[in-house]
Formats: sequence, C-alpha cells, structure tokens
Amino acid sequence: MFSGLIALHIPDGFITPSVAGLGWLMCVLVIWMATRQTRTQFGEAQVPVMGVLAAFIFAAQAINFPIMAGTSGHLVGAALAGIVMGPWAGSLIMAAVVIVQGLIFQDGGLLVMGWNVINMVAAVLVGSSAYLVIFRILGTDRKRSRPLAAMIAAWISVEIGAVATALELAVSGTFPLGLSLPAMTLIYGIVGVCEGVITAAAISLLQVSRPEVLRGGEESQGKISAAWLSSGMALALVIALFSPLASGAPDGLEVVAHQLGASESEPFLSIFPDYSVSFISSSVYSTIVAMVIGVIMVFSSVLAVGHLVARRSEE
Amino acid sequence: MQGSTRSPETGGMRSLDPRTKVVAVVLFILAVNLIPAGAWPVYLVLLALLWSAAVVLHVGMLVLLRRSLVAVPFVLAVVVLPFTTPGAAIYELPGLGWQISREGMTLFLTILCRFFLAVQAAVLLAASTPVSELLWGLRKLGVPTTLVAIIGFMYRYLFVIGEEAGQMIRARAARSAQIPHHRRPSVFWQGRVSGLMVGSLFLRALARSERIYVAMLSRGYDGHPRSMLHLRMVAWDWIVVIGSGLLLALILWGRMA
Repeated sequence: MFSGLIALHIPDGFITPSVAGLGWLMCVLVIWMATRQTRTQFGEAQVPVMGVLAAFIFAAQAINFPIMAGTSGHLVGAALAGIVMGPWAGSLIMAAVVIVQGLIFQDGGLLVMGWNVINMVAAVLVGSSAYLVIFRILGTDRKRSRPLAAMIAAWISVEIGAVATALELAVSGTFPLGLSLPAMTLIYGIVGVCEGVITAAAISLLQVSRPEVLRGGEESQGKISAAWLSSGMALALVIALFSPLASGAPDGLEVVAHQLGASESEPFLSIFPDYSVSFISSSVYSTIVAMVIGVIMVFSSVLAVGHLVARRSEE
Repeated sequence: MQGSTRSPETGGMRSLDPRTKVVAVVLFILAVNLIPAGAWPVYLVLLALLWSAAVVLHVGMLVLLRRSLVAVPFVLAVVVLPFTTPGAAIYELPGLGWQISREGMTLFLTILCRFFLAVQAAVLLAASTPVSELLWGLRKLGVPTTLVAIIGFMYRYLFVIGEEAGQMIRARAARSAQIPHHRRPSVFWQGRVSGLMVGSLFLRALARSERIYVAMLSRGYDGHPRSMLHLRMVAWDWIVVIGSGLLLALILWGRMA
C-alpha cells in the first residue's frame, strides 16, 4: 500500500555521528516540549487523537496524482498538520510519522532520525506561523484568505525542510552547500507548488464543512509560540554550523568552507556576486548572510504577490 | 491486541529481547559511521557479521535487500561526488572531459558502504521484531511512554486509515474515465481534487479518533496506556549487547591508533 512513495528523509551514512548527535539533542527537546503542550491541549484524549491523526498524515501521503510522465505529486503534510492542529500537535504528529517511517519502513536512517524529525518539525512550525501571519495580512474576513495563506505557507514549509536538509548534509561534508542548496531549493520549489495546491484545497474544504476545526487550530498556539521556537531552532542551527563539534569532525566545516570556495564560479544569487556579501570579509559568514537576505527577499516577494492576488480576487 | 500488530515479515520464532536488538543495531550503525573512510576490509567484516545475524534471526536475504531499496534516490544524488570533490584526477570521462578525483571516489564509496550497512541493520531490526515488542523495548529503554503510545496508535490505525484512503483513490479512479480526443484536466485541477480528498480523509480520521477515545473511556481508560508484554533479558542478550559494545570500542580504538 505504501510502497510507491519516494524517500524524503536522510538515510544513515550521509551525516557524521557528531552532527547526528546534535540533531538528537534538539529532537528530544522539541518532542518533550510538544508532548507537554499537547497534554494541556487534548488531556486524556492526547494519545488516541495524536496517534490516529499521525496515521492520517501517513495515509494522506498515498493520495497522489500524475504530474508528468512517470512523476506524481503527493502531500508531505507538515504545513497541513500545523495549520489544522496547531504548531505543537502538528509537530508531535509529524515526529511520530518520521519515527515510524524510519523505524518500520526504513525511509530515513536511525542515527540521523533526530535531524529528520527536526526537519519536519521546522516545516510544521515555520509553516503554521507563516500561515497565521499571511492569513492576518490578507484579512481574516475574506473567504479566500485561508486557502491562499495555506498555499503559501505549505510552499514555504517544504522549502524550509529542503534548506535544512542541505545545511545538515553540508555540515557533515557530504555535499558542498554551493551544489546542494540551489539543487534542493529548485527541486523542492516545484514540489512545494504541489504541496501548496493540495493543502489549499484541503483547507478550503474544511473552511466550508467544519470551520470550527480550523479556528481551533488557529487558536491553539500553546504557551510558547511557534515563531519563537522556530527562530530559536534557526539560531541553534547556525550555532551548530560554527560549533567546534562540526569543525572538529573529520569532515566538518573546513570541508564546507573549502568546497564553498571551490564552487565560487557557480552563480546562485546573481544579485550577490560570487554568492557572498562583499562588505563582510570571511567567505563562510558572508555566504550565510547572503542566504538569510535571500530567504527574506523570497519570503517578502511571495507575501506581496499573495496580497495582490487576494485583493484581485475580492474585486 | 498484541498479536495483531505483528509485522508481516517476522521471521520465525523470537530469539532475542527487543531491547537487545535496538541497542545492538544502534551501536552497530554508530560503529559503521565511525569507520575511517576507505577502510574497505572492515566494511566487509561488518557485512559478514550482519548477514550471519540475519541467518540467526531468520530474516531472508531477499527481504534484506528489497527493503533497503527505499533510499535509492538519495544514493543517486551522491553519484555526483566523484566529479565535484576536488583532488587528484584518476579518470576522465571520454568526450565530456569531466574528471573523477580519487578523494571524491573514496568519499562516494565510503558513503555507499555506510549507507548499505546501516540500512540493512535497520531492516534486520524491523523485520525480526514485531512492532508491539519493538515499542515495548523502546519504552523500557527510556523513550517517553506518551510518545511510544502515540506511535503504537499510529501503527495500529495506519492500515485502517490507509484502507480508507485506498477506497477514496479507487472511487476517484472509477469516476475518472478518459474520454478519447478530449483534453485531460489540468494538473492544478487534479491537485485540487487530491487536496479535497485529503481534507475529507482528515475529517474522517478526526471523527474516528473521537469515537476511539470514547470507546477507550467506556473501557476504563485513565490516560495511562498499558502493555501486557513482559520480556526478560537472558544470557544471550547480554552477550550480544556486550559484543556490539566491544565492536564499537574496537573501531574507536582503531581510529585513535
């Protein structure tokens, strides 16, 4: 039944043990927080509700449709889970999905499971907070705001997962960032459109048939907001990039830096010559600054387009 | 309830405690990832060790190989490494002029070996352990009870909800006849239909979870999931755990030396 799915998660052997350990640390922390938050959200019903909805995400990934010869699109579900159930319940659901995929179906390694969980949790947290922000900007009283916000949030959540994966592989010295980041963002930029269409349609159905479910998800943000935690996690990832843990590993940051230097000729962001910001001297730092600026620019242009489309649909 | 979650590929009788298998497999994968790049004989020794464990645990070679195919897309992605890693050129593709570097080739083959050994160890664990026992073992090893219970629930209803999704997919297929000389509906329209199906499946799953919760309450559920399993570590378990610990220590020592 679930055999036709392609692998989405990092297998073992692609991440060094020290980097993998850091992922487990973050994963344990996030799952602990999510378990506590959902206990107050659902009480005794926590286990059956979370378990069945995790099974739902797994099954929903099997609903596919043909795109081009041989390829088909299907849902990842991180943004959907975060929007409908709130960021914490969504995170716990996606964590359970990733654990079952790795442990029972060998989609994703065991040693790197921490990072695979974090990638999905990051997609949930960023997806659900992006949804709320965009939903409010587009106007909470408009009929098309929810599906449109869900579509953009789903696209962003897929990209976040891809960027996080590219960073983890780069820190481990498996893929040079200059190679994996453009490739991953491009491929998952297309996958994200598919995710956006499916998520938007699902949200529009819920808006018509069970609007109270959607409102429940929007209101159950927990004590610590997803936006805070996702920025905390992004900070942790950046610290991880520069930690002695990564550079002390046999094939750590030095390799990344070396490879970044080696792949200078590849123009990724043509606005930033040589994929770095000139006023900062160190190439690794400036690359990361360039990346952050790039992400902010992409994010704000997507927001602007979404705003325009929503306004046009109202007229 | 316990018997129903037995994995379809369980091979014969249970011979080791689930805790032993989890610990041994994690230590094994850790050891595999710590072997220095290019130490090919060590990989061969570990492969022999793994395959003999498969024979002891009654896991067929075919199952082991077939189920490790899931991650092939990732392996295809590393094929570029011999070309992109800087180093001494050992071969040049005729016509294209792309150079394969020695360092890149070593990195590529090392990742391949690590991946192959690790994924087979994971298959061995999953195929030789019923899911209920695996989850019990995880709980005994300190994984939070709530998380284990959620995963257990997820696995139990995976096939129920999956069958529901399957019914929806069949219903869609039955209604989607392609008329000759007519344009196929656009990709976006098809994506929208899939999305509506996902939304509908979500509502069904939510309703089912509410029914399940009420049914649990009526049977005396108090928020604490329980398990009827009681397994014991025997001498063989300790031998396997200590053995895999020694393997890891040996490889760490080899790295230092």
